[in-house]
Amino acid sequence: MSLWTYANPAKFMAFTRPVLPVLWGLAAAALGVGLIWGFFFTPDDFRQGSTVKIFYIHVPSAMMAINAWAMMLVASLIWLIRRHHVSALAARAAAPVGVTFTLIALFTGAIWGQPMWGTWWEWDPRLTSFLILFLFYLGYIALWQAVDDPDTAADLTSVLCLVGSVFAILSRYAVNFWNQGLHQGASLSLDAEENVADVFWYPTLVTIAGFVLLFVALVIARTRTEIRARRIHALRLRERLA
Amino acid sequence: MPDLGAYAVEVLSAYAVSLSLIVGIVLLTALRGRRVKRQLEEMERRRG
Repeated sequence: MSLWTYANPAKFMAFTRPVLPVLWGLAAAALGVGLIWGFFFTPDDFRQGSTVKIFYIHVPSAMMAINAWAMMLVASLIWLIRRHHVSALAARAAAPVGVTFTLIALFTGAIWGQPMWGTWWEWDPRLTSFLILFLFYLGYIALWQAVDDPDTAADLTSVLCLVGSVFAILSRYAVNFWNQGLHQGASLSLDAEENVADVFWYPTLVTIAGFVLLFVALVIARTRTEIRARRIHALRLRERLA
Repeated sequence: MPDLGAYAVEVLSAYAVSLSLIVGIVLLTALRGRRVKRQLEEMERRRG
């Protein structure tokens, strides 16, 4: 069976119906275990003290803020190239989830920055590109709301998503592009030499898994709602024409 | 409860706001999902 089978709304609804409760359960379990492990059962960092506990929320939410936009980019490209409605609706469904993760990353970053850097905010490359990404999310959501025709809205938001991808990439690699600013480089790396200590690394991995699962569950649930909302829209149009 | 020392306010507020936002998006998703599903069922029942 091809992946494109699930581009059919009826097939997508049938496939995701039994999958969704499992995803909710796994997301809740991973988030619960990761956050409780990180908060209650890990030591303070020798330099950062107990603020290191913010790491378990800040890093996964920042990762997912960027990855959510990447998922929207792929879905938007599928819409532009193959005109599958489910992909456009999935991109729309992911935006409020992405903006929530971006807000969490910005807030926890500011609250962590105050005691560690002595400031809530700095016009640092990574922070600034993240703020612009946040504004792109808001613009993307507003554009979907502003255009009545769903296909036109999907076209316009897909183009906006392509443009915003520049800032999603910048917010990931800004530290490497401009070797300045307060924010350090990548916190997590597959290279063991550069990684954080295991005592912080393992609970972070579980929390990241929790954030990924939560994202997938939320996007599927919201896509199902968008499919139903689109059906309502079509039925109302038909009633009006009858 | 672990001893958070001088940074208790920062750590607790970071967790409180983040968890509130997560619970908020989950609740909004569930409530809108339920409302839209009910609306669609109602419309389809009306159409027969």
